[in-house]
Amino acid sequence: MDLMLMGRKIGMTRVFSDAGVSVPVTVIQCGPCVVTQVRTADKDGYAAVQIGFEDVKPRNSTIPVITHDHKAGTTPKRFHREFRVKDASAFQPGQTLSVKDLDGQMFVDVIGTSKGKGFAGTMKRYHFKGMFASHGTERKHRSPGSIGGHCSNRGYGGGLAKGKRMAGHMGDERVTVRSLDVVRIDPENNLLLVKGPVPGANTGMLMVRPAIRLYKSKAKKLAAAASK
Amino acid sequence: MSAQQIIESVSKANLKSEIPVIGPGDTINVHVRIVEGDKERVQVFQGVVIVRKGRGVNEMITVRRVVDDIGIERKFPINSPMIAKFEVVRRGDARRAKLYYLRDRVGKSRRLRDRRRGMKHVDGSAPAAA
Repeated sequence: MDLMLMGRKIGMTRVFSDAGVSVPVTVIQCGPCVVTQVRTADKDGYAAVQIGFEDVKPRNSTIPVITHDHKAGTTPKRFHREFRVKDASAFQPGQTLSVKDLDGQMFVDVIGTSKGKGFAGTMKRYHFKGMFASHGTERKHRSPGSIGGHCSNRGYGGGLAKGKRMAGHMGDERVTVRSLDVVRIDPENNLLLVKGPVPGANTGMLMVRPAIRLYKSKAKKLAAAASK
Repeated sequence: MSAQQIIESVSKANLKSEIPVIGPGDTINVHVRIVEGDKERVQVFQGVVIVRKGRGVNEMITVRRVVDDIGIERKFPINSPMIAKFEVVRRGDARRAKLYYLRDRVGKSRRLRDRRRGMKHVDGSAPAAA
């Protein structure tokens, strides 16, 4: 089933597996989410499901949003996101999606907003190597070096090629981490534990969906688990 | 629940209830489970605790011993299921929390005095105070 949930990053800790191995996990307070709108191919040109997450005080929301959520029969929600589905008939406005719906998934994708790093140089932003520490280098140890000729950059006329990697704003952008191992699902407390880090600071909003495309090694793991 | 409480509730099941009082300066035996194929055996590592750091499920101790004049330090997560048990052999009198200075000590000066201060409160058999 096509599915997506929203949640908040709580933080990281570790759990010990049955074999005694320490597993680093991120705790995500995942859902419950409410279907606030169902988009269909006939009406909207595409099939998708819009979900809302986390209650918000009406006075902190706006009238259009309150009305929109009220139509779905729910209280005002802070976040609204859509996800595409092949067939939207399985979803009804007002329906609740919780972490229980992820049951049985071995891997999930987590989408979040990375921590902002401000204006960053090329060494931090693109892992350039910088210049020599010595050999006559003065005040240029972290500079990117030559950025190429200005009049003809690889023969495409004047000016630099678009997308030339330079210093600039880093972080605070949408990041997807794919195929994270699901360590534990706790429907009672709406908790999802995934292995490893996820983007953004604690309390950041995250989107979680079943992994759409697995890395090779993870696909093997899945096949091995299925054959058992 | 606050974020802190949620995280603690996640790792609560991994916390051990019976850990003896261990502090820096103590000489302890660490019984480490070693799994070889489907067989399991226990190996004992004896040494002086020089560091105890971290909290909750992340709590670690560093144990130092010297074999053939070569210092060996191993870090153990206190709550790891791979550790069968801790045994206190001797209480050492440490006046600081981190005994890194033992790394530079050679010969007799490497030893710590037996602990006498405050021993009323520290009984090796009693479980750790909450």
